[in-house]
Amino acid sequence: MQKVKKDFTDSIIQLSHGDGGLKTAHLINDLLLDYIGNDILGKLEDSAVLKLDENKSLAFTTDSFVVNPIFFPGGDIGKLSVCGTVNDLATSGCKPLAMSLAFILEEGFPISDFKKILSSIKKTLDEADLRIITGDTKVVEKGSVDRIFINTAGIGIVDNNYTISPDKIKTGDKIIINGPVADHGLAILSQRKEFDFKTDIISDCAPLNGLISDMTAVSGEIHALRDATRGGLATVLFEIARNSGLDIDLFQESVPLRKQARGICEFLGMDPLYIANEGKMVAFVGRDDADKVLEIMRSSKYGKESAIIGEVLKEGKGIVVLKTDIGTERLLDLHYSEQLPRIC
Amino acid sequence: MKKEINDFTKSLIDNRPSEQINIMEVCGTHTMAISRNGLRQILPDQINLISGPGCPVCVTSSKDIDWMIEIIMNYPVTLFTFGDMIRVPGSASSLQFEKASGKDIRICYSPLDALDFAKNNPERDVIFIAIGFETTIPLTSVIVKRAYEENINNFYIFNIHKLVPPALELLLLDKEIKIDGFLCPGHVSAIIGSLPYEFIAAKYRIPCVISGFEPADIMESLDMLVRQYNSKKPAVEIQYKRVVTSSGNPTAVSMIDEIFEPCDSYWRGIGNLPGSGLKLREEYEGLDAMKKFPVGPIISKEPPGCQCGSILKGIIKPFECKLFAKACRPENPIGPCMVSSEGSCAAYYKYERSR
Repeated sequence: MQKVKKDFTDSIIQLSHGDGGLKTAHLINDLLLDYIGNDILGKLEDSAVLKLDENKSLAFTTDSFVVNPIFFPGGDIGKLSVCGTVNDLATSGCKPLAMSLAFILEEGFPISDFKKILSSIKKTLDEADLRIITGDTKVVEKGSVDRIFINTAGIGIVDNNYTISPDKIKTGDKIIINGPVADHGLAILSQRKEFDFKTDIISDCAPLNGLISDMTAVSGEIHALRDATRGGLATVLFEIARNSGLDIDLFQESVPLRKQARGICEFLGMDPLYIANEGKMVAFVGRDDADKVLEIMRSSKYGKESAIIGEVLKEGKGIVVLKTDIGTERLLDLHYSEQLPRIC
Repeated sequence: MKKEINDFTKSLIDNRPSEQINIMEVCGTHTMAISRNGLRQILPDQINLISGPGCPVCVTSSKDIDWMIEIIMNYPVTLFTFGDMIRVPGSASSLQFEKASGKDIRICYSPLDALDFAKNNPERDVIFIAIGFETTIPLTSVIVKRAYEENINNFYIFNIHKLVPPALELLLLDKEIKIDGFLCPGHVSAIIGSLPYEFIAAKYRIPCVISGFEPADIMESLDMLVRQYNSKKPAVEIQYKRVVTSSGNPTAVSMIDEIFEPCDSYWRGIGNLPGSGLKLREEYEGLDAMKKFPVGPIISKEPPGCQCGSILKGIIKPFECKLFAKACRPENPIGPCMVSSEGSCAAYYKYERSR
């Protein structure tokens, strides 16, 4: 489905350009791609895939991490930078090979905090069985950056005999998610002083390459994978539907959501389907294999609460319909802005 | 919950009036809840839900937005606002645009944050945009009193608070709208109780039910309204009994009364409404940002083609506005009904567009 190009008329960058929703899409589609777009970049997948030879392709991804606060329940910016990169790579079904890591550090940033972050990076790399093989460090004057920003890149090898990409999604595919949504966003918000709520919820930040390799080992019908980060589950489904032209049904009752998370979202007036995750993979699986993939996910460390949450219908208008838990339905669209900067 | 809703749905279908009736859901939170849960899909056609002016951001005039922007452009103040206000377009700009341009505008979720900031930063003048109906006025009253008593002399409020019952009376007098029942706001009523609505049933003979916000609450309240309508015995009933009593919260009401007194207020779409606003009592006038930071004459214009006014009175539905989902979208809102998290147009755009 062709996206309709609009003129980019904003004169300054606003926070909403970075929230993963409508304005971010507008910035990328209607400004960035004009300058640097090409056939691969234009696919806007979590990982780009470059064919190397008949049998193998290279998966390549990059990301930046500006999360605030840098230490949060369930993780920190270091753990996040490894997980975010690994998970983006994992969406191509590749075996992650290595990462780069670049720091931008603010003058005055305590070494004790830096050591905690480095330790966290190391621990997560070990879990993901990955190494950082190239890097960079910059230091800027106080006030030029907020404590620490991290940029990464990651590479992996894709087996061309088993490619995973949104192009492969078919009518009848079941949509599976590996656990409850909204934990990361809410964990971050609970630490921001302008929100006044206490919660046990911790970020779901986790490296999912192990889970994905368990899934691909048991089924050749994993058609597509997307990690539901900024913009949440709803944004992933919206983009997939729009780009493929296929309609999607999402069953609200089936989407795992912690009771506490539901309560906090009601209190804050937020929709959990649009809140960021950092350890959630949305899988589009051939109908016949869905049950066995679900079973293997549930036996995996980061998939214990996996659930089938929707299905891909026939070609239609490329829309996502949410079936509510009271038997009504509505369209899911890209949200404008939750005004939640620096969530990842 | 599903069974409860099914029971109320069945009752509504069984007891539906023979003619179409208009139930006005006043409160923006109800507007959102109704749309988010797709409740219109399970109501019989005879029950037409129309939205009312119960969205504080939506009823704030362009002039008030322009006024805030004039202050921030002419004085080195720190402005605290709730999230929604920041994107509402004024005649030429918005708080979000001014923030991105470098003005010190911050989002807060509680006015206490604004007061704390003022206390900790005595060298800055701090203004809190005090917006909302009776639900939020008590909290503004608390911080005004604290600022006054603790001599926090750099704290001010830009006061655009409004009161709900006077607006309801005006709607009843408006010949363009036919209202057969009110779904009354839950949280406002937790403060004011049910007594301030009695005139609607007694004088105007219109049914009222004060409703909670869960889908089951709303369906039950609609069922109660239809029964009142059918029996021709209008009254003010409380469905939201777990939170609302007939006398409300007298402590909160007296807190408001201590700090504020009624005055006229201009509501977008409705116009000037006597007694529907609040002004600071003389003792507390020193905290009035509009007095402390005078600006030149403000020439405001409502955006051409914008029909927020008619939407706020329930005369038209968002779909019927020529700009809806075309020139006016959440990423490029023309009027406040599309921006506010409680706005009808935002609700319809997000939730009511169907296959």
